[in-house]
Amino acid sequence: MLAKRIIPCLDVHNGRTTRGQQFGKAEKGELSDVGDPIELAIRYNDQGADEMVFYDITATSEGRKSMVSLITQVAEQCFMPLTVGGGVNTLEDFRTLFLAGADKVSINSGAVKNPQIVREASNHYGSQAIVFSIDAKHRQGANGWEVFVAGGRKNTGLDLIEWAVRGQELGAGEIVLNSMDGDGMNTGYDLEATKAVARAVDIPVIASGGAGGPKHMADVLTLGEADAALAAGIFHRSEYTVGQVKGYLANEGILVRKI
Amino acid sequence: MDVALIDYGASNLHSVAKALEHAGFNVSIANRPEQAQNAPTMVLPGQGHFGQVMSAFLASGFETVVRNHIQAQKPFLGICVGLQLLMERSEEAPDIPGLGIIKGETLRFPEGKDSVPQMGWNQLELVGNPPLLKNIPQGSFVYYCNSYYVSFDEDLPGAKTQYAGISFKSAISKGALNATQFHPEKSQTIGLTILKNFRDLSEDLIQSEKARVSLA
Repeated sequence: MLAKRIIPCLDVHNGRTTRGQQFGKAEKGELSDVGDPIELAIRYNDQGADEMVFYDITATSEGRKSMVSLITQVAEQCFMPLTVGGGVNTLEDFRTLFLAGADKVSINSGAVKNPQIVREASNHYGSQAIVFSIDAKHRQGANGWEVFVAGGRKNTGLDLIEWAVRGQELGAGEIVLNSMDGDGMNTGYDLEATKAVARAVDIPVIASGGAGGPKHMADVLTLGEADAALAAGIFHRSEYTVGQVKGYLANEGILVRKI
Repeated sequence: MDVALIDYGASNLHSVAKALEHAGFNVSIANRPEQAQNAPTMVLPGQGHFGQVMSAFLASGFETVVRNHIQAQKPFLGICVGLQLLMERSEEAPDIPGLGIIKGETLRFPEGKDSVPQMGWNQLELVGNPPLLKNIPQGSFVYYCNSYYVSFDEDLPGAKTQYAGISFKSAISKGALNATQFHPEKSQTIGLTILKNFRDLSEDLIQSEKARVSLA
């Protein structure tokens, strides 16, 4: 049986790790700088993180260059799976990040613009290397959830569940579901959305958005039926270590990898 | 300790190379067969779609060099598809023969019980007394990323792992012949310990071979 995974996430803007309260803060200059991404990566490596995810939230050519250099340095010191995303649109983007040392590359808006790129990347690199990342919000005045792109500014009108199933059909090996209602709020993951996606697809689902503590993680890994829980702020602010979260989960009877 | 890392275009070599260096190897990446033919130690990686990896391997011209290396009982480590290539055949590509070093086959995990591919951390159940897994505690977690697994009858030291309702062979370690279904280069401290074990057992084998030759 596979261990449930705990995955720290680093949003990287101009070479620094940042964390905003909610989506859409980067362009307003309201991101808070939480540290050097390499120092953080080594810290989480030592704490027993199961994987790490890096998002380039500048997604400009300058940002991409600093991301490539960052991943190369992290891959030399952290011997665990590394996922990299942000501004991935073309096969060349995939190639650049794999060459830098990414084990998996995550695609989000780029898949909405051109779904076939997911199939091409999956055929080329294998489904295990392609992560389908979705930003979703509760549909206004109705049931269900809708898919957003462009850092949460643009509603695509796509239905979350249909889009997740499409991602699997296109050859993605994993889904990251980021609940935008909860992102940065520390009020817990969206258990209903996570469970709905987990039941609709066969591939692993990584829950993201809303982690405020170990209890939220336990909930999303059991009630939410997620395979992995991703978190940023609670680790960056040193509120909890990965080891503390895993200790809590193990006490709750959840299988985790302890080091 | 010099090691040739076989580059036939089907793996993320960067991370394997870095982990081998971390374990104390002096790594040379071989992207032509002749660059590997005199290597004292060899690592054969492989990741992704079995048919594509197998085809790339056969097209690369490395088959003879790898086969000769193993038959000469020089230290060898296969990783993931690098283990599967040792079998006689694969369920997925029945027309493409494997190296046939081990009498067995590569099968796909059944659908239904667990997600395929297996992606994540799973536990080792040690079998026999495998030198590759020296000092690795029973139940240690290692990182997997595979849709196929190997099946063979021979009782080889190594490890087993449970997934999709199957107990599959996740490592073999018999003398110079070593292979893992999991990715030691992505398995943090446990993985690095396994690579250091491979370095140690390689050194021991090469020393005893030198002693044998000097006696003869």
